Amino acid sequence: MFEQFLFGIEAAINGLMTGVMYSLVALGFVLIFKASGVFNYAQGVMALFGALTLVGIQEGQVPFAHLINAIFGTKITNFTWEVPALAAIALTVGVMIIFAWLVERLLLRNLVNQDPIILFMATIGLAYFMEGLGDLMWGSNIKTINLGLNQGMNETIDAATYEWFGYGFYIDNLDITAAIIAVILVVALTVFSQYSTTGRALRAVADDHQAALSVGISLRSIWVIVWGIAGFIALVAGVMWGAKSGVQFSLSLITLKALPVLMLGGFTSIPGAIIGGMIIGVGEKVFEFIVSASWFGDLVGFTMNATENWFAYVLALIFLVFRPQGLFGDKIIERV
Amino acid sequence: MFYREAGDYKKSYAEDSQTFPLKLDRYAYYALLLVAFLVVPFVINDYWAAAVLIPFLIWSIAALGLNILTGYCGQVSLGTGGFMAVGAYASYKLMTSFPELNILIIVLLSGVITAGVGVIFGLPSLRIKGFYLAVATLAAQFFLIWLFNKVPWFYNYSASGQITSPKREMFGFEVTGPSASAEAKYLFILVLVVGLAWVARNLTRGRIGRSWMAIRDMDIAAEIIGVNPLKTKLVAFAVSSFYIGIAGALFFSVYLGAVEVGEAFGILKSFLVLFMIIIGGLGSILGSFIGAAFLVIMPVMLKNIMVGYFGWPIDLAAQTELVIIGFLIMLTLILEPHGVAQLWRFIKQKLRLWPFPH
Repeated sequence: MFEQFLFGIEAAINGLMTGVMYSLVALGFVLIFKASGVFNYAQGVMALFGALTLVGIQEGQVPFAHLINAIFGTKITNFTWEVPALAAIALTVGVMIIFAWLVERLLLRNLVNQDPIILFMATIGLAYFMEGLGDLMWGSNIKTINLGLNQGMNETIDAATYEWFGYGFYIDNLDITAAIIAVILVVALTVFSQYSTTGRALRAVADDHQAALSVGISLRSIWVIVWGIAGFIALVAGVMWGAKSGVQFSLSLITLKALPVLMLGGFTSIPGAIIGGMIIGVGEKVFEFIVSASWFGDLVGFTMNATENWFAYVLALIFLVFRPQGLFGDKIIERV
Repeated sequence: MFYREAGDYKKSYAEDSQTFPLKLDRYAYYALLLVAFLVVPFVINDYWAAAVLIPFLIWSIAALGLNILTGYCGQVSLGTGGFMAVGAYASYKLMTSFPELNILIIVLLSGVITAGVGVIFGLPSLRIKGFYLAVATLAAQFFLIWLFNKVPWFYNYSASGQITSPKREMFGFEVTGPSASAEAKYLFILVLVVGLAWVARNLTRGRIGRSWMAIRDMDIAAEIIGVNPLKTKLVAFAVSSFYIGIAGALFFSVYLGAVEVGEAFGILKSFLVLFMIIIGGLGSILGSFIGAAFLVIMPVMLKNIMVGYFGWPIDLAAQTELVIIGFLIMLTLILEPHGVAQLWRFIKQKLRLWPFPH
């Protein structure tokens, strides 16, 4: 029984780490939602796009090679060079910033004053567009990210827990890196928004668009900045997830994992995104651990497993019925 | 000059409140029905029926259902695929448990069962609004698909986990099963589409439809003028799920014949139906049909052009298709957030004044 308990603890710790990864995606959502009131469904696809671009640049792939080959009958795939990791990251960040500028210029600017739900649907369109574009540019085969990130079991934790409990916990080095990066990102974002002029402007826009406009803050440049930062966060999330499970189409589905995190934490709160991610990460792992045990299967009459797909949603749904704005969300005030 | 009310005298209240008050509209509608019932069945072949006509009709029903909920009542739902799966599995269980039951009754009953499920998942809509609700409906999508995948009772303990529709007849013609003819399938679905569209049109014109629109436009204000929000929203969820359930039942039993739940009713199907009503027009019956036609015909056309004409590989064509669909959605929302149906309204307005606009 004690062993089962240890397994449970291990699952919970791993869930915590996964939860931090969810939070990374959720962070980008919160930033954009606060600054522009847009619920950006494309965040997950941005992560995929960022990771694809990074790998593509690093390996020196020719963008749109597949398309060019199909039209002109050529057989090009790669340039003759390979780009070092740091330069590739810098170039990818550049691409994400250009992308942010294009989104503001071509999409958001034309949709000012529309219902939020229209904007939401526009970002679903954007997600489809970028998904197709990413595959067109870099090909749809599964790619591996090679940034020299440490992967595999952490030996120190394994040895230490073995000494204490007689059972070594399996915790992935990559998850630990992701957790550290997430903490750094949150601290950096907080410092940025508290102590820099641009950060102040960001918070002003988040508070009240019109008041911010009236004191001379340019909404458009703020939007570009916010989408740029969100693009950067998406890139980080894309790299972490991509290193974990390969850069492929399913990466864009992490949006669907981040949505319940947001609901739980509240759409407007950065700490909410982190804590919501952790609750859901731990919750889904522990729930899966309990229900996939054989005694539970006997109880309900069928094998319950793969509950991770819906557990987060149902948890968030039940939670929302009691607290509609999420854990840390702004109180919803409605006027007629 | 010809397209106007003048000269079209109404002699009773019934005439005054008919669906198509303009003579030309009315005749066009009757002509369309005549063509659909009496001409099309004689000219279709299996390819056209399977690739375009039958999917178009089935997706129209689903789009009508979602449009009632999202377009008329303002509750964004991303659970369409899950509800279609409920319809499909309900029809499967009914068909296999009651072999002598008529297929039409089975399809309608599947709709009723889906309506019940829809009401359950619609309950939180009183507390949760906007994005939160849209995300909450994803709970329905994922949970329902998982349930049909995992609980063996739903697929009658078959080894593959698939469900296959048995052979059923209507007036002596097979409409489901592998040997059913394209004409029989087409006519069977067409009757349902016409009936359901007629009901939807009249529901949305009447008291219920107006209360939906009041909730959509401003729920608190609607509550103050005496619209019961819980009842209205739940009725919208029920009616919408009824339509979507019927679409799911037809999609499985008549169109595909055998489905694997995760593939046939996944989240992508939810988005597909949502795109149909965005492009066609939110809050418009005609828009549901336009959107469904557009998103059914366009991929077939694009594929024929890119793969058949240019000779591109299939994966490249699929990626280009994604780009084009995404682009069109953004373009529609920027140019005309109310969809193609709004353009049609403009044209009609202009036609009434033509050739002497004031």
